[in-house]
Amino acid sequence: MIYFDNSATTKAHSEIINTFVAVNEKFWANPASIHEFGHHTNELLETAREQIAEILQTPSDKVYFTSGGTESNNLAIFGLANKYKYRGNHVLISAIEHPSVLEAGKRLSTQGFKVEYIPVNKDGVISLEEVEKLLRDDTVLVSVMHVNNETGAIQPIKELSSIVRGNSRALIHIDAVQSFGKMKVNFDELDVDAITISSHKIHGLKGSGLLALKKFIEVEPILFGGGQELGIRSGTTPVPLAVSTAKAVRMASQNIEDHVEKLQKMTNDLASFLQTFSIVKLISPENRAPHILTFSVRKLKGEVLINALQKEGVLVSTSSACSSRQIKTSHVLKAMHIEDDYIKGVIRLSLSTMNTLDEIQQFKKVFRHVMNVIKGE
Amino acid sequence: MKWEKILVRYGELSTKGKNKKQFITHLKNNIKFSFNDIPNVKVNAERDRMFLTTTNDEEMQQLVKRLPKIFGIQSFSPVASCSQDLDDIKATALKIMDGLEYEGKTFRVTVKRTDKRFPMDTYEMQSYIASYVLQQCPGLIVQMKKPEIDLRIEVLNDAVYMMAEVIPGAAGMPLGSNGRSLLMLSGGIDSPVAGYMLMKRGVRIDAIHFHSPPFTSERSKEKVMDLANRLSHFGATVRLHVIPFTDIQQSIQAQIPENVSMTTTRRMMMKISDLVREEIGALGIVTGESLGQVASQTLESLTAINAVTSTPIFRPLISMDKLDIIDIAQEIDTYETSILPYEDCCTIFMPSCPKTKPKLEKVEFYESFKDFDELIKEAVENREVMSFPIKKTNEFENLL
Repeated sequence: MIYFDNSATTKAHSEIINTFVAVNEKFWANPASIHEFGHHTNELLETAREQIAEILQTPSDKVYFTSGGTESNNLAIFGLANKYKYRGNHVLISAIEHPSVLEAGKRLSTQGFKVEYIPVNKDGVISLEEVEKLLRDDTVLVSVMHVNNETGAIQPIKELSSIVRGNSRALIHIDAVQSFGKMKVNFDELDVDAITISSHKIHGLKGSGLLALKKFIEVEPILFGGGQELGIRSGTTPVPLAVSTAKAVRMASQNIEDHVEKLQKMTNDLASFLQTFSIVKLISPENRAPHILTFSVRKLKGEVLINALQKEGVLVSTSSACSSRQIKTSHVLKAMHIEDDYIKGVIRLSLSTMNTLDEIQQFKKVFRHVMNVIKGE
Repeated sequence: MKWEKILVRYGELSTKGKNKKQFITHLKNNIKFSFNDIPNVKVNAERDRMFLTTTNDEEMQQLVKRLPKIFGIQSFSPVASCSQDLDDIKATALKIMDGLEYEGKTFRVTVKRTDKRFPMDTYEMQSYIASYVLQQCPGLIVQMKKPEIDLRIEVLNDAVYMMAEVIPGAAGMPLGSNGRSLLMLSGGIDSPVAGYMLMKRGVRIDAIHFHSPPFTSERSKEKVMDLANRLSHFGATVRLHVIPFTDIQQSIQAQIPENVSMTTTRRMMMKISDLVREEIGALGIVTGESLGQVASQTLESLTAINAVTSTPIFRPLISMDKLDIIDIAQEIDTYETSILPYEDCCTIFMPSCPKTKPKLEKVEFYESFKDFDELIKEAVENREVMSFPIKKTNEFENLL
């Protein structure tokens, strides 16, 4: 099996699974318990938190473990907008966000907030001029993803934040689910206020992730109960998942240059290969994340190609796994104004460092064969 | 942001005359000890301040995080550097301000222009930077005298240095500058606080604990080990001496009338402590006693207990209220451990109504029927000695 669907999820790293098992065996106490066992478990939890905080360059009491990207995005959108609503009720969200941001935004607009959307250009990159126009005195939150999950387009976060900082008092949230581990993501590098990270996209475990805030920034909780996670996220903290997340974050941010180089080499190779087909069009822009390459075959349904490739043992997806079961066209591709001939045939190849150059060569062979069968090319 | 160095302001030690150099050397060594995992930390000590530098930003963050625990530092400030380019200076100033909670605070800019070739003069630059910062950071109030935020800019020949944040240090005196004492560590709330207070005055600490298996559990010993470990976080090794106390306690039960057994127990503990103190070359004994708190801490009891030795006994909590002690315990992170509900050797043989005003002569008379000295010698010899900090992170290392 050749697995090129790493933006949907990745295979958990065996070392991380080992950590999960070991913590479940040795430190299974409730970290809030007062006995030594609980205390000790809590110490492990806090060490994990510190490790992440250090990587993200923020105080450790600003890192909250969650159930993953969706919860972190929800917490950021509702939590920041409500905490800082005294600054205003205007919220900006890019048109190409993940549904967990878009739908949260939609909900916010029924709760007294005015939500507006930042359009993107044909490369799927947000328009900074529009941001400047849309920003108002009462803008309280701007949420833009760092790397788009469907096209791999890198969003200009640094430029965005300097515009937002210069023109408003709005807070900035970035969804870094696709960028973490592939690009430098921390509060020192990017002048933002909140960062969402998901574990299972960086070879961690499903059902875990985190929201990190910049120093002094606060959120209102969206889950209420025993006041765990410093009052921000109630519910007994799953220490084994939290520790696994800390390990995944560490492994993803170590030797990042080597990872990027390897991924870049593989996707560049794929890109030049795909461009030899006259009916294939690259959807990913030049400035894309190193692990995602999205393309489209003219007048072909993506599903057909996926099934054909699957038969040969190659797993890919249409532009995103979340939307691949839905019939409607992706909002990202619509926002990019992709031509009708191409909008249905979009395929996303998303790689990880577990993929090999050998697999790239095999993919080429399979793809040539499949195209021959389907399109006679 | 790039931090160039950290400016450290000395605590009380700067009032010391000729001993100052020694104090500074102690502080320097303590800083090096605390950061022995960061070999690149350079300490440049001057007469009235100290500069710390490292090779990279990550290490700098570590310094900022850990410096507030080191005694002998009044406050410190991370110093940023940038080029002489005005845009660069403005951007750096803004970044520094962003790291502070500035809304509603009073503010001024102070410029020192060492490089006289710099095109703006001092006043020009002060108002130029100040007006830029005021535009960008709403809610600042300008005040020239004693502002809460003083953005200090120094224009040097090759660079510009800038700082605003003044982070409070732990104050006190550098650890080790006032010798060593032995702390009687029971496991309650008070004794770790007493130890901390002496440490803050520059005293190195060894701790002694009395353990009576099987009456006291392994858990209660672990609790004390945890407390000793927590005390060691304040920048020096803490040794813990665990004394096997069962035999002595049983002899006291057999020999001494119940209502003064508590006093005798304390006297034996004090004798043992004094022997250990002598052996390790410490000069004093520290206890967490607070006047009137319990039967053993009345003036009469303290006198009877104190009579076994002429060694100075330090009781930093003697006049403190329990609630104030708890506040400190929480601050130094020992409270949660201290309130863990394990029996210790003081509670297990607790008489129902101990004398609050024991008579020294009577106590001495009761004790004279038994040769405790032999037992005491044995206990001291058979003590278990441990050293802290234990690096707990090592245990987690494979997991993370």
